[in-house]
Amino acid sequence: MSIQTVVSPQDTNPNVRFLEEVSLHTAGVSRLEMCIQCGTCGGSCPSAADMDHTPRMLFAMVRAGMRTEALSSNTPWICVSCYHCVVRCPQEVHIADVMYTLKSMAIKNKLYKDATAPDFSQTFVEMVENYGRSYEFGLATRHYLKHFPLRLPNMAPMGLGMLTKKRMDLRPKKIKGIDQLQAILERAKEVEAVS
Amino acid sequence: MNEYLFYPGCSMESNAIAYSESLKAISKPLELVLKEIDDWNCCGATEYVGISLTPAYALITRNLALASRQAKDSHTVVAPCSACYLNLAKADYYMRESPRLNQNVNTALAAGGLSYRPGSLEIRHLLDVIINDIGLAEIKKHVVRPLSGLRVAPYLGCMVPRPDYDQRWSDAEHPTELDRLLKALGAEVIDYPLKTHCCGGHMTQISPSTAFELIRRLISSADQYHADLMVTLCPMCQMNLDAYQNETNKHFGTHYHMPILFFTQLIGLAFGLDASELGIGRELVSARAALSKIGVEPPPEEPKPPRRRKEKTTGLPMPQMPAEEEVV
Repeated sequence: MSIQTVVSPQDTNPNVRFLEEVSLHTAGVSRLEMCIQCGTCGGSCPSAADMDHTPRMLFAMVRAGMRTEALSSNTPWICVSCYHCVVRCPQEVHIADVMYTLKSMAIKNKLYKDATAPDFSQTFVEMVENYGRSYEFGLATRHYLKHFPLRLPNMAPMGLGMLTKKRMDLRPKKIKGIDQLQAILERAKEVEAVS
Repeated sequence: MNEYLFYPGCSMESNAIAYSESLKAISKPLELVLKEIDDWNCCGATEYVGISLTPAYALITRNLALASRQAKDSHTVVAPCSACYLNLAKADYYMRESPRLNQNVNTALAAGGLSYRPGSLEIRHLLDVIINDIGLAEIKKHVVRPLSGLRVAPYLGCMVPRPDYDQRWSDAEHPTELDRLLKALGAEVIDYPLKTHCCGGHMTQISPSTAFELIRRLISSADQYHADLMVTLCPMCQMNLDAYQNETNKHFGTHYHMPILFFTQLIGLAFGLDASELGIGRELVSARAALSKIGVEPPPEEPKPPRRRKEKTTGLPMPQMPAEEEVV
Protein backbone atom coordinates (compact mmCIF):
# COMPACT_ATOMS: atom_id res chain seq x y z
CA MET A 1 0.00 0.00 0.00
CA SER A 2 1.52 3.34 1.09
CA ILE A 3 4.76 1.80 2.30
CA GLN A 4 6.34 1.63 -1.15
CA THR A 5 6.02 5.40 -1.49
CA VAL A 6 7.68 6.03 1.87
CA VAL A 7 10.61 3.63 1.57
CA SER A 8 12.83 4.08 -1.41
CA PRO A 9 13.33 0.80 -3.25
CA GLN A 10 17.08 1.43 -3.37
CA ASP A 11 17.39 1.32 0.40
CA THR A 12 19.19 -1.92 1.22
CA ASN A 13 19.02 -1.64 5.01
CA PRO A 14 16.76 -4.60 5.91
CA ASN A 15 15.51 -2.84 9.04
CA VAL A 16 13.80 -0.22 6.91
CA ARG A 17 11.53 -2.98 5.70
CA PHE A 18 10.91 -4.42 9.16
CA LEU A 19 7.32 -3.14 9.21
CA GLU A 20 6.61 -4.85 5.88
CA GLU A 21 8.15 -8.05 7.14
CA VAL A 22 5.97 -8.02 10.26
CA SER A 23 2.84 -7.38 8.19
CA LEU A 24 3.74 -10.11 5.74
CA HIS A 25 3.90 -12.72 8.50
CA THR A 26 0.61 -11.67 10.10
CA ALA A 27 -2.63 -13.51 9.36
CA GLY A 28 -5.07 -11.35 7.41
CA VAL A 29 -4.26 -7.66 7.03
CA SER A 30 -2.27 -6.29 9.97
CA ARG A 31 -3.11 -2.57 9.39
CA LEU A 32 -0.02 -1.84 11.47
CA GLU A 33 0.97 1.10 9.25
CA MET A 34 -2.35 2.76 10.18
CA CYS A 35 -1.38 3.23 13.85
CA ILE A 36 -1.79 6.89 14.92
CA GLN A 37 0.04 6.46 18.25
CA CYS A 38 -3.03 7.35 20.33
CA GLY A 39 -2.20 4.92 23.16
CA THR A 40 -5.68 3.43 23.47
CA CYS A 41 -4.06 -0.03 23.35
CA GLY A 42 -1.76 0.51 26.33
CA GLY A 43 -4.55 2.23 28.28
CA SER A 44 -6.83 -0.77 27.72
CA CYS A 45 -4.22 -3.40 28.50
CA PRO A 46 -4.69 -5.42 31.70
CA SER A 47 -1.07 -6.54 31.78
CA ALA A 48 0.69 -3.35 30.54
CA ALA A 49 2.27 -2.86 33.97
CA ASP A 50 4.48 -5.91 33.38
CA MET A 51 5.50 -4.96 29.83
CA ASP A 52 8.82 -3.48 28.72
CA HIS A 53 6.97 -1.30 26.22
CA THR A 54 3.29 -0.50 25.82
CA PRO A 55 1.88 -1.78 22.51
CA ARG A 56 1.84 1.80 21.17
CA MET A 57 5.53 2.22 21.88
CA LEU A 58 6.35 -1.18 20.43
CA PHE A 59 4.54 -0.37 17.19
CA ALA A 60 6.47 2.90 16.90
CA MET A 61 9.67 0.88 17.28
CA VAL A 62 8.57 -1.55 14.57
CA ARG A 63 7.87 1.32 12.21
CA ALA A 64 11.21 2.91 13.07
CA GLY A 65 12.97 -0.29 12.02
CA MET A 66 14.25 -1.03 15.54
CA ARG A 67 14.31 -4.73 14.80
CA THR A 68 16.48 -6.06 17.64
CA GLU A 69 14.87 -3.87 20.31
CA ALA A 70 11.35 -4.73 19.19
CA LEU A 71 11.97 -8.46 18.94
CA SER A 72 13.64 -8.64 22.34
CA SER A 73 10.84 -6.74 24.10
CA ASN A 74 8.85 -8.85 26.54
CA THR A 75 5.63 -7.12 25.45
CA PRO A 76 4.30 -9.77 23.02
CA TRP A 77 4.99 -12.47 25.63
CA ILE A 78 3.07 -10.62 28.33
CA CYS A 79 0.09 -9.94 26.02
CA VAL A 80 -2.79 -12.08 27.31
CA SER A 81 -4.76 -12.06 24.01
CA CYS A 82 -7.79 -10.42 25.65
CA TYR A 83 -8.56 -8.33 22.53
CA HIS A 84 -9.57 -5.28 24.55
CA CYS A 85 -7.17 -3.11 22.54
CA VAL A 86 -8.27 -4.75 19.30
CA VAL A 87 -11.92 -3.73 19.67
CA ARG A 88 -11.02 -0.27 20.97
CA CYS A 89 -8.32 0.64 18.42
CA PRO A 90 -9.69 3.52 16.32
CA GLN A 91 -7.53 2.38 13.40
CA GLU A 92 -8.55 -1.28 13.67
CA VAL A 93 -4.99 -2.52 13.87
CA HIS A 94 -4.97 -6.29 14.41
CA ILE A 95 -2.90 -5.85 17.54
CA ALA A 96 -3.17 -9.35 19.03
CA ASP A 97 -2.21 -10.95 15.72
CA VAL A 98 0.77 -8.63 15.36
CA MET A 99 1.87 -9.74 18.84
CA TYR A 100 1.78 -13.37 17.66
CA THR A 101 3.89 -12.41 14.64
CA LEU A 102 6.47 -10.67 16.81
CA LYS A 103 6.65 -13.75 19.05
CA SER A 104 7.28 -16.07 16.12
CA MET A 105 9.93 -13.70 14.73
CA ALA A 106 11.61 -13.45 18.14
CA ILE A 107 11.76 -17.25 18.32
CA LYS A 108 13.12 -17.55 14.78
CA ASN A 109 15.83 -14.97 15.53
CA LYS A 110 16.39 -16.20 19.11
CA LEU A 111 15.94 -12.66 20.41
CA TYR A 112 13.66 -13.29 23.41
CA LYS A 113 15.19 -12.46 26.79
CA ASP A 114 13.27 -14.90 28.95
CA ALA A 115 12.77 -18.47 27.73
CA THR A 116 9.77 -19.29 29.97
CA ALA A 117 7.07 -18.29 27.50
CA PRO A 118 8.74 -19.52 24.28
CA ASP A 119 9.53 -22.85 25.98
CA PHE A 120 5.94 -23.21 27.13
CA SER A 121 4.60 -22.58 23.63
CA GLN A 122 7.11 -24.92 22.08
CA THR A 123 6.45 -27.74 24.54
CA PHE A 124 2.70 -27.32 24.00
CA VAL A 125 3.14 -27.48 20.24
CA GLU A 126 5.47 -30.46 20.45
CA MET A 127 2.78 -32.42 22.32
CA VAL A 128 0.15 -31.40 19.75
CA GLU A 129 2.42 -32.43 16.89
CA ASN A 130 3.01 -35.82 18.53
CA TYR A 131 -0.52 -36.65 19.61
CA GLY A 132 -2.87 -34.29 17.79
CA ARG A 133 -4.24 -33.26 21.16
CA SER A 134 -2.96 -31.17 24.01
CA TYR A 135 -1.54 -33.15 26.93
CA GLU A 136 -1.82 -31.11 30.09
CA PHE A 137 -0.16 -33.46 32.53
CA GLY A 138 2.94 -33.91 30.37
CA LEU A 139 3.09 -30.23 29.57
CA ALA A 140 2.67 -29.07 33.16
CA THR A 141 5.22 -31.46 34.66
CA ARG A 142 7.85 -30.75 32.03
CA HIS A 143 7.30 -27.01 32.16
CA TYR A 144 7.23 -26.72 35.93
CA LEU A 145 10.29 -28.86 36.48
CA LYS A 146 12.26 -26.70 34.09
CA HIS A 147 10.97 -23.23 34.92
CA PHE A 148 9.19 -23.25 38.27
CA PRO A 149 10.66 -26.05 40.42
CA LEU A 150 10.11 -23.91 43.51
CA ARG A 151 6.42 -23.56 42.75
CA LEU A 152 5.93 -27.33 42.76
CA PRO A 153 5.23 -27.71 46.51
CA ASN A 154 2.58 -25.01 46.23
CA MET A 155 1.13 -26.64 43.12
CA ALA A 156 1.00 -30.18 44.49
CA PRO A 157 -2.39 -29.87 46.26
CA MET A 158 -3.88 -28.40 43.10
CA GLY A 159 -2.45 -31.15 40.89
CA LEU A 160 -3.69 -33.78 43.30
CA GLY A 161 -7.11 -32.12 43.33
CA MET A 162 -7.25 -32.17 39.54
CA LEU A 163 -6.32 -35.86 39.53
CA THR A 164 -8.75 -36.98 42.23
CA LYS A 165 -11.57 -34.98 40.64
CA LYS A 166 -10.73 -36.75 37.37
CA ARG A 167 -9.92 -33.48 35.64
CA MET A 168 -6.48 -34.48 34.38
CA ASP A 169 -5.39 -37.51 32.36
CA LEU A 170 -2.06 -39.08 33.20
CA ARG A 171 -1.71 -40.43 29.70
CA PRO A 172 -1.96 -38.56 26.40
CA LYS A 173 -4.74 -39.10 23.88
CA LYS A 174 -3.73 -39.64 20.28
CA ILE A 175 -5.88 -38.95 17.26
CA LYS A 176 -6.36 -41.66 14.60
CA GLY A 177 -5.17 -39.46 11.76
CA ILE A 178 -1.90 -38.47 13.37
CA ASP A 179 0.06 -39.38 10.20
CA GLN A 180 -2.26 -37.23 8.13
CA LEU A 181 -1.89 -34.33 10.57
CA GLN A 182 1.88 -34.63 10.59
CA ALA A 183 1.97 -34.65 6.78
CA ILE A 184 -0.15 -31.48 6.77
CA LEU A 185 2.07 -29.75 9.31
CA GLU A 186 5.23 -30.81 7.45
CA ARG A 187 3.90 -29.27 4.23
CA ALA A 188 2.78 -26.18 6.16
CA LYS A 189 6.29 -25.69 7.51
CA GLU A 190 7.72 -25.93 3.99
CA VAL A 191 5.21 -23.34 2.78
CA GLU A 192 6.04 -21.10 5.73
CA ALA A 193 9.77 -21.34 5.07
CA VAL A 194 9.49 -19.94 1.55
CA SER A 195 6.84 -17.30 2.25
CA MET B 1 -34.68 -30.24 16.99
CA ASN B 2 -31.45 -28.34 16.69
CA GLU B 3 -28.60 -30.23 15.07
CA TYR B 4 -25.01 -29.04 14.82
CA LEU B 5 -21.50 -30.19 14.11
CA PHE B 6 -19.60 -30.20 17.36
CA TYR B 7 -15.96 -29.38 18.07
CA PRO B 8 -15.42 -30.22 21.77
CA GLY B 9 -11.77 -29.21 22.16
CA CYS B 10 -9.21 -30.91 24.41
CA SER B 11 -10.34 -29.34 27.70
CA MET B 12 -13.80 -30.87 27.50
CA GLU B 13 -12.22 -34.28 27.98
CA SER B 14 -9.91 -33.25 30.79
CA ASN B 15 -10.03 -30.19 33.04
CA ALA B 16 -13.52 -29.13 31.92
CA ILE B 17 -15.12 -32.55 32.15
CA ALA B 18 -17.88 -30.99 34.27
CA TYR B 19 -18.75 -28.74 31.32
CA SER B 20 -18.96 -31.78 29.08
CA GLU B 21 -21.10 -33.78 31.53
CA SER B 22 -23.53 -30.94 32.15
CA LEU B 23 -23.82 -30.18 28.43
CA LYS B 24 -24.69 -33.80 27.77
CA ALA B 25 -27.29 -33.75 30.54
CA ILE B 26 -29.09 -30.64 29.28
CA SER B 27 -28.91 -31.60 25.61
CA LYS B 28 -31.75 -34.09 26.03
CA PRO B 29 -34.43 -31.72 27.38
CA LEU B 30 -33.27 -28.99 24.98
CA GLU B 31 -33.34 -31.39 22.00
CA LEU B 32 -29.86 -30.26 21.13
CA VAL B 33 -28.09 -32.73 18.86
CA LEU B 34 -24.32 -32.29 18.69
CA LYS B 35 -22.53 -34.40 16.09
CA GLU B 36 -18.89 -34.57 17.09
CA ILE B 37 -16.40 -33.92 14.29
CA ASP B 38 -14.74 -37.26 13.69
CA ASP B 39 -11.07 -37.40 14.74
CA TRP B 40 -10.77 -33.67 15.44
CA ASN B 41 -7.42 -32.31 16.66
CA CYS B 42 -6.30 -29.61 19.07
CA CYS B 43 -6.84 -26.03 17.87
CA GLY B 44 -3.38 -24.97 19.02
CA ALA B 45 -4.77 -22.65 21.71
CA THR B 46 -2.84 -19.38 21.83
CA GLU B 47 0.48 -21.22 21.51
CA TYR B 48 0.95 -22.35 17.91
CA VAL B 49 0.13 -18.95 16.33
CA GLY B 50 2.99 -17.50 18.37
CA ILE B 51 5.44 -19.91 16.76
CA SER B 52 4.60 -20.27 13.09
CA LEU B 53 1.73 -18.90 11.04
CA THR B 54 0.97 -21.44 8.31
CA PRO B 55 1.30 -24.57 10.50
CA ALA B 56 -0.89 -22.96 13.16
CA TYR B 57 -3.67 -22.19 10.68
CA ALA B 58 -3.31 -25.57 8.99
CA LEU B 59 -3.76 -27.25 12.38
CA ILE B 60 -6.96 -25.30 13.05
CA THR B 61 -8.30 -25.75 9.54
CA ARG B 62 -7.89 -29.53 9.46
CA ASN B 63 -10.88 -29.52 11.82
CA LEU B 64 -12.93 -27.33 9.50
CA ALA B 65 -11.99 -29.51 6.54
CA LEU B 66 -13.13 -32.64 8.40
CA ALA B 67 -16.30 -30.88 9.50
CA SER B 68 -17.23 -29.73 6.01
CA ARG B 69 -16.74 -33.27 4.73
CA GLN B 70 -19.04 -34.55 7.47
CA ALA B 71 -21.63 -31.77 7.04
CA LYS B 72 -25.03 -32.92 5.81
CA ASP B 73 -27.99 -31.20 7.40
CA SER B 74 -26.08 -28.63 9.38
CA HIS B 75 -23.24 -26.37 8.30
CA THR B 76 -22.80 -24.86 11.74
CA VAL B 77 -19.86 -25.83 13.90
CA VAL B 78 -20.44 -25.30 17.61
CA ALA B 79 -17.55 -24.94 20.03
CA PRO B 80 -18.00 -24.74 23.81
CA CYS B 81 -14.49 -23.43 24.55
CA SER B 82 -13.64 -19.76 23.99
CA ALA B 83 -10.16 -20.31 22.60
CA CYS B 84 -11.33 -23.07 20.24
CA TYR B 85 -14.26 -20.95 19.12
CA LEU B 86 -12.05 -17.98 18.39
CA ASN B 87 -9.39 -20.02 16.61
CA LEU B 88 -11.91 -21.71 14.33
CA ALA B 89 -13.72 -18.43 13.64
CA LYS B 90 -10.45 -16.61 13.09
CA ALA B 91 -9.07 -19.13 10.61
CA ASP B 92 -12.29 -18.97 8.62
CA TYR B 93 -12.32 -15.16 8.70
CA TYR B 94 -8.67 -14.57 7.81
CA MET B 95 -8.77 -17.16 5.04
CA ARG B 96 -11.70 -15.22 3.59
CA GLU B 97 -9.79 -11.96 3.97
CA SER B 98 -6.38 -13.09 2.73
CA PRO B 99 -6.18 -15.16 -0.49
CA ARG B 100 -2.53 -15.83 0.29
CA LEU B 101 -3.29 -17.42 3.67
CA ASN B 102 -6.11 -19.39 2.08
CA GLN B 103 -3.79 -20.73 -0.59
CA ASN B 104 -0.99 -21.57 1.87
CA VAL B 105 -3.31 -23.39 4.24
CA ASN B 106 -4.97 -25.34 1.45
CA THR B 107 -1.58 -26.31 0.02
CA ALA B 108 -0.75 -27.77 3.44
CA LEU B 109 -4.13 -29.49 3.81
CA ALA B 110 -3.67 -31.12 0.40
CA ALA B 111 -0.76 -33.09 1.85
CA GLY B 112 -3.37 -34.87 3.96
CA GLY B 113 -5.91 -35.14 1.14
CA LEU B 114 -8.07 -32.37 2.61
CA SER B 115 -9.29 -28.93 1.61
CA TYR B 116 -11.44 -26.19 3.08
CA ARG B 117 -13.36 -23.40 1.39
CA PRO B 118 -13.53 -20.47 3.84
CA GLY B 119 -17.04 -19.28 4.50
CA SER B 120 -18.58 -22.69 3.81
CA LEU B 121 -19.19 -23.31 7.53
CA GLU B 122 -20.68 -21.12 10.21
CA ILE B 123 -18.72 -21.10 13.47
CA ARG B 124 -20.60 -20.34 16.66
CA HIS B 125 -20.18 -20.60 20.40
CA LEU B 126 -22.41 -22.89 22.44
CA LEU B 127 -23.97 -20.01 24.42
CA ASP B 128 -24.89 -18.30 21.15
CA VAL B 129 -26.87 -21.29 19.84
CA ILE B 130 -28.54 -21.93 23.19
CA ILE B 131 -29.73 -18.33 23.46
CA ASN B 132 -30.45 -17.52 19.83
CA ASP B 133 -31.54 -20.83 18.30
CA ILE B 134 -33.18 -22.57 21.25
CA GLY B 135 -34.24 -19.32 22.89
CA LEU B 136 -35.02 -18.18 26.39
CA ALA B 137 -38.76 -18.91 26.06
CA GLU B 138 -38.03 -22.58 25.40
CA ILE B 139 -35.50 -22.68 28.25
CA LYS B 140 -38.00 -21.17 30.71
CA LYS B 141 -40.45 -23.98 29.89
CA HIS B 142 -38.03 -26.51 31.40
CA VAL B 143 -37.22 -24.62 34.60
CA VAL B 144 -38.61 -26.60 37.52
CA ARG B 145 -36.21 -25.41 40.21
CA PRO B 146 -35.72 -21.66 39.75
CA LEU B 147 -32.38 -20.46 41.08
CA SER B 148 -34.13 -17.87 43.28
CA GLY B 149 -31.92 -16.23 45.86
CA LEU B 150 -28.70 -17.38 44.25
CA ARG B 151 -26.51 -14.35 43.48
CA VAL B 152 -24.41 -15.04 40.41
CA ALA B 153 -21.73 -13.09 38.57
CA PRO B 154 -21.96 -13.71 34.81
CA TYR B 155 -18.41 -14.04 33.51
CA LEU B 156 -17.72 -14.46 29.79
CA GLY B 157 -14.02 -13.75 29.55
CA CYS B 158 -12.36 -12.34 26.46
CA MET B 159 -12.45 -14.55 23.45
CA VAL B 160 -16.16 -15.09 22.99
CA PRO B 161 -17.37 -11.48 22.69
CA ARG B 162 -14.09 -10.27 21.15
CA PRO B 163 -13.03 -9.64 18.42
CA ASP B 164 -16.39 -10.98 17.16
CA TYR B 165 -15.64 -11.15 13.43
CA ASP B 166 -19.22 -11.93 12.45
CA GLN B 167 -21.10 -9.62 14.84
CA ARG B 168 -22.85 -12.30 16.83
CA TRP B 169 -22.77 -10.64 20.26
CA SER B 170 -24.67 -7.68 21.68
CA ASP B 171 -21.52 -5.87 22.79
CA ALA B 172 -17.77 -6.48 22.76
CA GLU B 173 -17.25 -5.38 26.37
CA HIS B 174 -20.60 -5.59 28.13
CA PRO B 175 -22.67 -8.22 26.36
CA THR B 176 -25.93 -9.19 28.10
CA GLU B 177 -26.56 -12.68 26.70
CA LEU B 178 -25.33 -14.60 29.74
CA ASP B 179 -27.14 -12.23 32.13
CA ARG B 180 -30.43 -12.80 30.32
CA LEU B 181 -29.97 -16.55 30.35
CA LEU B 182 -29.26 -16.65 34.09
CA LYS B 183 -32.23 -14.38 34.80
CA ALA B 184 -34.43 -16.75 32.82
CA LEU B 185 -33.25 -19.50 35.17
CA GLY B 186 -34.45 -17.38 38.10
CA ALA B 187 -31.05 -16.39 39.47
CA GLU B 188 -30.27 -13.01 40.97
CA VAL B 189 -27.75 -11.68 38.45
CA ILE B 190 -25.29 -8.99 39.51
CA ASP B 191 -24.25 -6.31 37.03
CA TYR B 192 -20.71 -7.62 36.98
CA PRO B 193 -18.40 -4.90 35.67
CA LEU B 194 -15.51 -7.22 34.82
CA LYS B 195 -17.60 -9.72 32.89
CA THR B 196 -15.33 -9.68 29.84
CA HIS B 197 -12.01 -8.99 31.54
CA CYS B 198 -9.12 -11.41 31.26
CA CYS B 199 -8.62 -14.44 33.54
CA GLY B 200 -4.90 -14.50 32.80
CA GLY B 201 -5.03 -17.16 30.10
CA HIS B 202 -1.76 -19.09 29.90
CA MET B 203 -0.01 -16.57 32.14
CA THR B 204 -0.39 -18.93 35.11
CA GLN B 205 2.32 -20.96 33.36
CA ILE B 206 4.50 -18.09 32.19
CA SER B 207 4.31 -15.10 34.50
CA PRO B 208 2.40 -16.23 37.62
CA SER B 209 2.34 -12.82 39.31
CA THR B 210 0.69 -11.30 36.20
CA ALA B 211 -1.93 -14.04 36.23
CA PHE B 212 -2.59 -13.89 39.99
CA GLU B 213 -3.31 -10.16 39.77
CA LEU B 214 -5.85 -10.69 36.97
CA ILE B 215 -7.49 -13.55 38.89
CA ARG B 216 -7.59 -11.45 42.07
CA ARG B 217 -9.33 -8.56 40.31
CA LEU B 218 -12.09 -10.80 38.98
CA ILE B 219 -12.73 -12.66 42.21
CA SER B 220 -12.53 -9.63 44.48
CA SER B 221 -14.98 -7.72 42.29
CA ALA B 222 -17.48 -10.61 42.35
CA ASP B 223 -16.95 -10.84 46.10
CA GLN B 224 -17.62 -7.12 46.59
CA TYR B 225 -20.94 -7.63 44.84
CA HIS B 226 -21.68 -10.47 47.29
CA ALA B 227 -21.92 -13.02 44.51
CA ASP B 228 -22.44 -16.58 45.73
CA LEU B 229 -20.65 -17.90 42.69
CA MET B 230 -19.30 -16.98 39.28
CA VAL B 231 -20.66 -18.51 36.09
CA THR B 232 -18.41 -19.03 33.10
CA LEU B 233 -18.55 -20.46 29.59
CA CYS B 234 -14.87 -21.19 29.05
CA PRO B 235 -12.69 -24.07 30.31
CA MET B 236 -9.62 -21.86 30.63
CA CYS B 237 -11.47 -19.23 32.69
CA GLN B 238 -12.94 -21.91 34.95
CA MET B 239 -9.55 -23.55 35.40
CA ASN B 240 -7.72 -20.31 36.21
CA LEU B 241 -10.31 -18.94 38.62
CA ASP B 242 -11.02 -22.28 40.31
CA ALA B 243 -7.77 -24.25 40.33
CA TYR B 244 -5.50 -21.24 40.87
CA GLN B 245 -7.72 -19.50 43.44
CA ASN B 246 -5.86 -21.13 46.30
CA GLU B 247 -2.45 -20.08 44.98
CA THR B 248 -3.78 -16.57 44.31
CA ASN B 249 -5.06 -16.36 47.88
CA LYS B 250 -1.64 -17.39 49.15
CA HIS B 251 0.09 -14.85 46.90
CA PHE B 252 -1.96 -11.93 48.22
CA GLY B 253 -2.77 -13.20 51.71
CA THR B 254 -6.48 -13.13 50.90
CA HIS B 255 -9.19 -15.63 51.82
CA TYR B 256 -11.59 -15.62 48.91
CA HIS B 257 -13.87 -18.58 48.47
CA MET B 258 -15.60 -18.06 45.16
CA PRO B 259 -17.00 -21.17 43.45
CA ILE B 260 -16.79 -21.14 39.64
CA LEU B 261 -19.39 -23.13 37.68
CA PHE B 262 -20.22 -23.51 34.00
CA PHE B 263 -23.46 -22.01 32.69
CA THR B 264 -24.54 -25.45 31.53
CA GLN B 265 -24.35 -26.67 35.14
CA LEU B 266 -26.73 -23.91 36.25
CA ILE B 267 -29.12 -24.68 33.40
CA GLY B 268 -29.12 -28.30 34.56
CA LEU B 269 -29.77 -27.36 38.18
CA ALA B 270 -32.69 -25.13 37.16
CA PHE B 271 -34.04 -28.01 35.06
CA GLY B 272 -34.10 -30.10 38.25
CA LEU B 273 -31.33 -32.45 37.14
CA ASP B 274 -29.19 -34.23 39.69
CA ALA B 275 -26.01 -32.42 40.82
CA SER B 276 -23.83 -35.49 40.23
CA GLU B 277 -25.09 -35.77 36.65
CA LEU B 278 -23.94 -32.18 36.06
CA GLY B 279 -20.35 -32.64 37.22
CA ILE B 280 -20.96 -30.59 40.33
CA GLY B 281 -18.36 -31.46 42.93
CA ARG B 282 -15.51 -31.45 40.41
CA GLU B 283 -14.71 -27.81 41.18
CA LEU B 284 -11.76 -27.36 43.53
CA VAL B 285 -13.39 -24.41 45.31
CA SER B 286 -16.48 -26.14 46.62
CA ALA B 287 -19.89 -24.84 45.51
CA ARG B 288 -21.60 -26.78 48.30
CA ALA B 289 -22.45 -23.83 50.58
CA ALA B 290 -23.60 -21.65 47.67
CA LEU B 291 -25.86 -24.34 46.23
CA SER B 292 -27.47 -25.12 49.57
CA LYS B 293 -29.20 -21.75 49.10
CA ILE B 294 -31.33 -23.30 46.36
CA GLY B 295 -31.70 -26.59 48.19
CA VAL B 296 -29.19 -28.53 46.12
CA GLU B 297 -27.16 -31.15 47.91
CA PRO B 298 -23.98 -31.90 45.92
CA PRO B 299 -22.52 -35.41 46.08
CA PRO B 300 -20.49 -35.99 49.26
CA GLU B 301 -16.89 -34.85 49.29
CA GLU B 302 -14.41 -37.66 48.99
CA PRO B 303 -12.59 -38.18 52.29
CA LYS B 304 -9.16 -36.65 52.38
CA PRO B 305 -6.30 -39.17 52.30
CA PRO B 306 -4.68 -39.49 55.74
CA ARG B 307 -1.46 -37.59 56.21
CA ARG B 308 1.47 -39.91 55.94
CA ARG B 309 3.67 -38.28 58.50
CA LYS B 310 2.76 -36.65 61.76
CA GLU B 311 3.76 -33.05 61.88
CA LYS B 312 6.49 -32.44 64.43
CA THR B 313 5.71 -29.81 67.00
CA THR B 314 9.36 -28.91 67.34
CA GLY B 315 11.97 -28.18 64.74
CA LEU B 316 15.18 -30.06 64.19
CA PRO B 317 16.91 -31.41 67.33
CA MET B 318 19.20 -28.69 68.59
CA PRO B 319 21.81 -28.76 71.35
CA GLN B 320 20.18 -27.33 74.43
CA MET B 321 21.40 -26.18 77.82
CA PRO B 322 20.18 -28.56 80.54
CA ALA B 323 17.41 -27.16 82.71
CA GLU B 324 18.64 -25.66 85.96
CA GLU B 325 17.33 -28.36 88.31
CA GLU B 326 19.23 -30.99 86.33
CA VAL B 327 22.54 -29.32 87.02
CA VAL B 328 24.03 -30.83 90.13
